Amino acid sequence: MLRLDCPFCGTRDEAEFRCGGDAHVERPGQDVSDATWADYLFNHDNPKGLHLERWCHVFGCGQWFNVARDTLTHEIHAVYYMGEAAPERYR
Amino acid sequence: MRRALRSEQGGRIDRSKPLDFVFNGKAMQGYAGDTLASALLANGVRMVSRSFKFHRPRGIVSAGVEESGGLLAVDHGTGLQPIVRSTQMPLVDGLRAESQNCFPSLNFDLLRIFDVTRSLWPAGFYNKIFKWPNWHVYEWAVRRAAGLGRLPDGARSARFCHMNAHCDVLVVGGGPSGLSAALQAARAGEDVLLVELDVEPGGSLLHDASGLDGQPPLAWLARTLAELQATGNVRILTLATVVGYYDCNVLTIHDRVAAYRREDPIEVFWKVRAGRVVLATGAIEQPLMFGNNDLPGIMLAGAMQKYAGRYAVRCGQRVVAVINNDLAWRSVLALPGAGIGLDAIIDSRHSINDALLDQAREHGIDVFPGASPVAAAGSTAVRKLQFRDHDGRARTIACDAIAMSGGLSPTLHLYSQAGGRLRYDQRLACFLPQECRQDVVVTGAANGEFATPETYNIGSRKPSAANSSVQWVDFLHDVTVSDVELACRENLRSVEHVKRYTTTGMAADQGKTSNLNALTLLGELTGRSPGEVGTTTFRPMFMPVTMGAIAGVRRGEFYAPAKRLAAHDWHATQGAVFEDYGGWQRPAYYGSDRDACVRRETLLVRQAAGLFDASPLGKIEVQGPDAAEFLNRIYIHSVPTLKQGKVRYSLMLNENGIIIDDGVFVRLADDHFLLNTTSAGANAIAAWLEEWQQCEWPRMELVINPVTSQWAVVTVAGPRARDVLCSLAGMTDLSTQAFPHMSFASGVFEDGCPYRIQRVSFSGELSYELSVPANRATGFFERIWDAGQPFGIGLFGIESLMILRLEKGFLHVGGDTDTTSNPFDAGFGRVISNKRGDFIGARSLQRAEDRRNDRRQLVGFEVVDRDAVVLAGAHVVTGTGDARRSEGFVTSACHSPTLARTIGLALLERGFERGGEEIQLYDQGRLVTARIVDARFYDPQGERMHG
Repeated sequence: MLRLDCPFCGTRDEAEFRCGGDAHVERPGQDVSDATWADYLFNHDNPKGLHLERWCHVFGCGQWFNVARDTLTHEIHAVYYMGEAAPERYR
Repeated sequence: MRRALRSEQGGRIDRSKPLDFVFNGKAMQGYAGDTLASALLANGVRMVSRSFKFHRPRGIVSAGVEESGGLLAVDHGTGLQPIVRSTQMPLVDGLRAESQNCFPSLNFDLLRIFDVTRSLWPAGFYNKIFKWPNWHVYEWAVRRAAGLGRLPDGARSARFCHMNAHCDVLVVGGGPSGLSAALQAARAGEDVLLVELDVEPGGSLLHDASGLDGQPPLAWLARTLAELQATGNVRILTLATVVGYYDCNVLTIHDRVAAYRREDPIEVFWKVRAGRVVLATGAIEQPLMFGNNDLPGIMLAGAMQKYAGRYAVRCGQRVVAVINNDLAWRSVLALPGAGIGLDAIIDSRHSINDALLDQAREHGIDVFPGASPVAAAGSTAVRKLQFRDHDGRARTIACDAIAMSGGLSPTLHLYSQAGGRLRYDQRLACFLPQECRQDVVVTGAANGEFATPETYNIGSRKPSAANSSVQWVDFLHDVTVSDVELACRENLRSVEHVKRYTTTGMAADQGKTSNLNALTLLGELTGRSPGEVGTTTFRPMFMPVTMGAIAGVRRGEFYAPAKRLAAHDWHATQGAVFEDYGGWQRPAYYGSDRDACVRRETLLVRQAAGLFDASPLGKIEVQGPDAAEFLNRIYIHSVPTLKQGKVRYSLMLNENGIIIDDGVFVRLADDHFLLNTTSAGANAIAAWLEEWQQCEWPRMELVINPVTSQWAVVTVAGPRARDVLCSLAGMTDLSTQAFPHMSFASGVFEDGCPYRIQRVSFSGELSYELSVPANRATGFFERIWDAGQPFGIGLFGIESLMILRLEKGFLHVGGDTDTTSNPFDAGFGRVISNKRGDFIGARSLQRAEDRRNDRRQLVGFEVVDRDAVVLAGAHVVTGTGDARRSEGFVTSACHSPTLARTIGLALLERGFERGGEEIQLYDQGRLVTARIVDARFYDPQGERMHG
């Protein structure tokens, strides 16, 4: 059970958050091929190790933010704002 | 209590406090400080229960968590509970215990037939027999015979609750190692939580008289506890078991400290987040494998010592020890001092420490080095032991108890749950902790510190060779050595496979005394070391936990607390029958006869005016300069073209083009919208909008505000609806010219109550949805009720609303659509081709797959035999016999009171091009003929709702 640093509220228990999956997924325009669109919809990485993902503090401020997390060790490397690029070393 | 079995003095029992209890209907007595197991032993009870599969006699084997024999049904005041470990059950006054798995009685059990016919039921028997003609012929009988104990009838009266805690250091285990670790941390100023599963901390100090740090054990214990208490930063939980060790050093504890008291018993389930964890969980003594090693009277050597030292109970008068290590010698050599006659020690090792031999000689004990046990004998308790001495000569010795020991196995379940890896130590013949990513240390016996290899000298734990009697590996699941051999012959090699095939280690004790023997045996049979075989995976819970404790207070009406309407009580006085709709308690209908009420309410709306509480309807306000553009990307209809004060109906799709919600939205002002979602989707849609705004279009300026519970909503529908509402003082002009269908207005009633009104219709009648602040709901309902009396107003519930909307063919998202339905399938194709610009799901609708014309499309049908009943879920079938296939299914159906016939909607392949066609509906085993018709069954031109 993780503990996350909400950038707006501070450190809280995992139970207050909801994980929204991959961060930095770019929504393609309307003119892309079916294959590209299918990639966007269905094909996501499931890495062992570093994963950039987005979380929402649902039972708190309701804000979304990004997390760089290790899926193996559960270590939280970084927490950064929505719209912000991942810290250099975690890209 | 048999005096001979209880020493006059010693032990930690309070002889001034005798306690009465009942075992299998027989009155018995023990003392405060006893466990149920020690009290049964003190009363001379040898056989306490019957085994799981073969109904063999079972006695007390251990004195702790590893108990495999003394699992009883126990009532300590909160109802009978099955599979209670008598070794962990503190004796309380008035306790009632019963044997399990025996009928009609413990001594005369009919299902002993399984033991007699044992050769018919080897490992995996259920995969090999019961094949002809099929399993179902036998299932009833097998299920009746299977299982351990019986579930109690109804709920127990016990209370349960949850607690959360944080600490710097969590110490698991209150033996000498755990206490030392706690003391060290406490001295360093750390906040310590120490958890002990016994009734008091102390562990082996409570029964083992050998000293610690040169002090008498109890003196050391008292001094340590005093110092711990003095630091002020140590909390000690007793009768509490750490049962789960999860990621991020989160552990769960089943706390029974208040579970056995007479007044207000309560079990507590803790969730603890620890900075670091110290596991001082000790080690569990393992049995040896020889013939009939499961007979009552055969116990673990350490347990026999503990019963003598801690409870002053003599487990036998003529004891034989069957052991293979020096530590067990220490245990059994303590027995004569407690008044227990130890006749012989049979040890498989050839050379034995001289000092130990000297001690044995002093007590007059016969020692047989290099000997191996063959089989124990006795009907309901052990009476003799056959063994071979070091020359291979067969010998027999009479006994009334056997103390056995195959060495210790550190209790590393929690370490393994934490993700810790284990390694096999050849010299200690057990698994030890290796490495763990979490902040955890293992100390004491759990870390193999119970002895050095030199003071331990463990011998073999091989089963005795060429044995004609059955040698048991798993006492709880009745798994034998030959079962494991059979598994190997059938080429199962993985320890996980052998476990599942033989079921060894899968019982209620999770193999605490069988896993090590099973995997050692598996290694022997397949030419591998135990380290190469490895252990099975340890998973929570370490010990069985009552389901109630895990649920805590979240049961019954608190499992998923229902949401109530603001005017709930008013509806109740009007005779509402409430049912659960998406978590809301809503009036299903008003009155007593369901069908009659629903029919009356439906016709009332068609003929006069009905009043419906629509408060759970989802309400979300979206406001800001970019609100119109944002919503244009959300809805399939155009949003910017909507004029202020007007209402539009639309669908929301997910990015895969699937319909997820529908409802109307209103333009309150140029930059301000009010969205209505389905009642069930209210929360999810608000969260979904937030996610799109924050994550995808963060530069759009707008605010999303869910206001569902702020407003109470009443729907007034029917030809007289306008008349009813116009009589309210302060109501806006509702004439069709001023306020046509799909209009919105807000205003203030004469008494100052603000309101919002929109003319929309889900019933197909002239209909208004009127909202007032939720805290005014009841008064408001009363006022409309009064105003409506002259016009024949009545109440209607969800059931009639669903019929009214079905008579109009209106879509019910989630009922008439599923997770494959796109807007084309629901008849919204033209809307999609008219929509300009991007919206969620738009790209997905361009895929060829989404535009195929053989998809399941939503159509209306009426049954040919007007009154034949059809239920939602019936399939539209074609062909007969094996060629019969489904072309779709009924999504909604009812007998329409207005049209006096059965109508419905179905998702049907190529439905749109099949108007007028007759179809066959397969409904609960019969076929019903129906015809595809226009889904607007009633008033297809919509004259009534526009009028």
